[in-house]
Amino acid sequence: MKKLPPILAWGLPVVSGLLFVGLWYVVRAASGLQSWILPTPLEIIEAAWRERARLLAAAGNTAIGALAGFLLAGALGFVTALLLGGSRALRAGLYPWLLVLQMTPVIVLTPLIVLWAGPGLPGIIAITWLISFFPIVVNTTQGLLSTDMNHVALFRMGNASRLQEMLLLRVPSAMPYYLAGLRIAATLAPIGAIFGEYMVGNSAGGTGGLGFLVYSYNTQIKIPALFATALTSCILGFIFVAAIAWLNWAVLHQWHDSFERSEH
Amino acid sequence: MEAAGPIVKFTSLQKRYGDGPLVLDEINLAVQPGDFVTFIGPSGCGKSTVLKLVSGLSPWTAGDLSVAGGRPRQARDRQAFIFQDATLLPWLTAQGNAELPLRLRGVAAAERREKAAGMLARVGLEKYTGYYPRQLSGGMKMRVSIARALTLQPQLLLLDEPFGALDEMTRNRLNEQLLALREQLRFTAIFVTHSVSEAAFLSNRIIVMAANPGRFHAEVRVDFPYPRRPELRERSEFQAKVNEVSRLLHQAEGAVSA
Repeated sequence: MKKLPPILAWGLPVVSGLLFVGLWYVVRAASGLQSWILPTPLEIIEAAWRERARLLAAAGNTAIGALAGFLLAGALGFVTALLLGGSRALRAGLYPWLLVLQMTPVIVLTPLIVLWAGPGLPGIIAITWLISFFPIVVNTTQGLLSTDMNHVALFRMGNASRLQEMLLLRVPSAMPYYLAGLRIAATLAPIGAIFGEYMVGNSAGGTGGLGFLVYSYNTQIKIPALFATALTSCILGFIFVAAIAWLNWAVLHQWHDSFERSEH
Repeated sequence: MEAAGPIVKFTSLQKRYGDGPLVLDEINLAVQPGDFVTFIGPSGCGKSTVLKLVSGLSPWTAGDLSVAGGRPRQARDRQAFIFQDATLLPWLTAQGNAELPLRLRGVAAAERREKAAGMLARVGLEKYTGYYPRQLSGGMKMRVSIARALTLQPQLLLLDEPFGALDEMTRNRLNEQLLALREQLRFTAIFVTHSVSEAAFLSNRIIVMAANPGRFHAEVRVDFPYPRRPELRERSEFQAKVNEVSRLLHQAEGAVSA
């Protein structure tokens, strides 16, 4: 793909962002809506500054829940994919049930999760895990099964054991798929944690995370602060995605075609 | 080297895939140690299948095939396969790729590093050991692939159109390099190609195949002594040999449509 010149690559998002903010002010002025229904961007930033201590503490709590759930999904997802990719019988036996689990709306499972994992952080981690797990398993399993047939023949010719074939061939060639799964999971994990906090965090009492703040600001009709919470969630999500983008680069840039070839 | 006796022996060999038509029929051939045998023929004549059978990647249907006096699978340690494309693992460097067969065998790290580096040096890639496949040209990738195949010092090398995708100059140079390696390492080779002049330059025996089902059409002996120099290609005897094989190839193709 041809690249945009840097001035446009940086300039265009800024321009569209400014246009959007302008449009926001126009809508606010034209509609006559009040601040507690549609706050202006400036009012949101003011609210964010006012509530900075609570927002930061809440973001920290959410980050812990999201990270724990994400790591759990990353590890268990990988192991599950190894089982599914390594055995046809396990794949046939387990995959449909995995789909059933994925098809069941999380909101239906939430009371059960609270019942089993307990309210507060354990329940939040469980919900985050549940939401992030599936894309990792599906992507990684696909990757483990997409190995180049000539490479497989090469390993057969070398009398490779099944374990060698898995560890030295299938796992490395599935890495781009695993990382793609992690990237999707990284966008889902903060959402899962916030949803979890909204649903089960409050029942634990205490400060809670961003999800609890949503609940709390909403009941107090602090709408600018609610928007500020949304902004904070965005930033948290962005940090997650950026971290995975970095990991993706670190693992793949040397050899994978998705990165530009380095000249020597 | 083995004592007396052919290293590969085909006896009335037949092959079909599943319930499909015969792919190979009545193949009889004894490959002697030191032979460089080339299979050439129209596409669909089953010449690549021959290599799959010898390597034990695919079972035959009837007849018999022995490699080093035993079943093909049991002889895997003595043979190496070079594929149509280099089939390097993209996440490993040239060095890592050349080490792979040794690694699969559980050879200790220091020894496999030394052996692989030595073989990469023999194919002229000593300066590129740390390069990833995507950083190498097509010809260089194929040389890594050759080095990888030779790290185990196989008695028998199977080559399935390895230079088909390369330009003529690179192909000629790799042909010469392959023969030079053969002088040093003394492997027997079974080679598959579409190129008559490549076959004539490399081999001492050329098997011309006909298709539907794949079968022997003729065998041509090429008696130019080894080591062969690039100048050989310009000699009239060489050209005559190329013409002879081309003529047989046309005959074989005619036999298909008949």
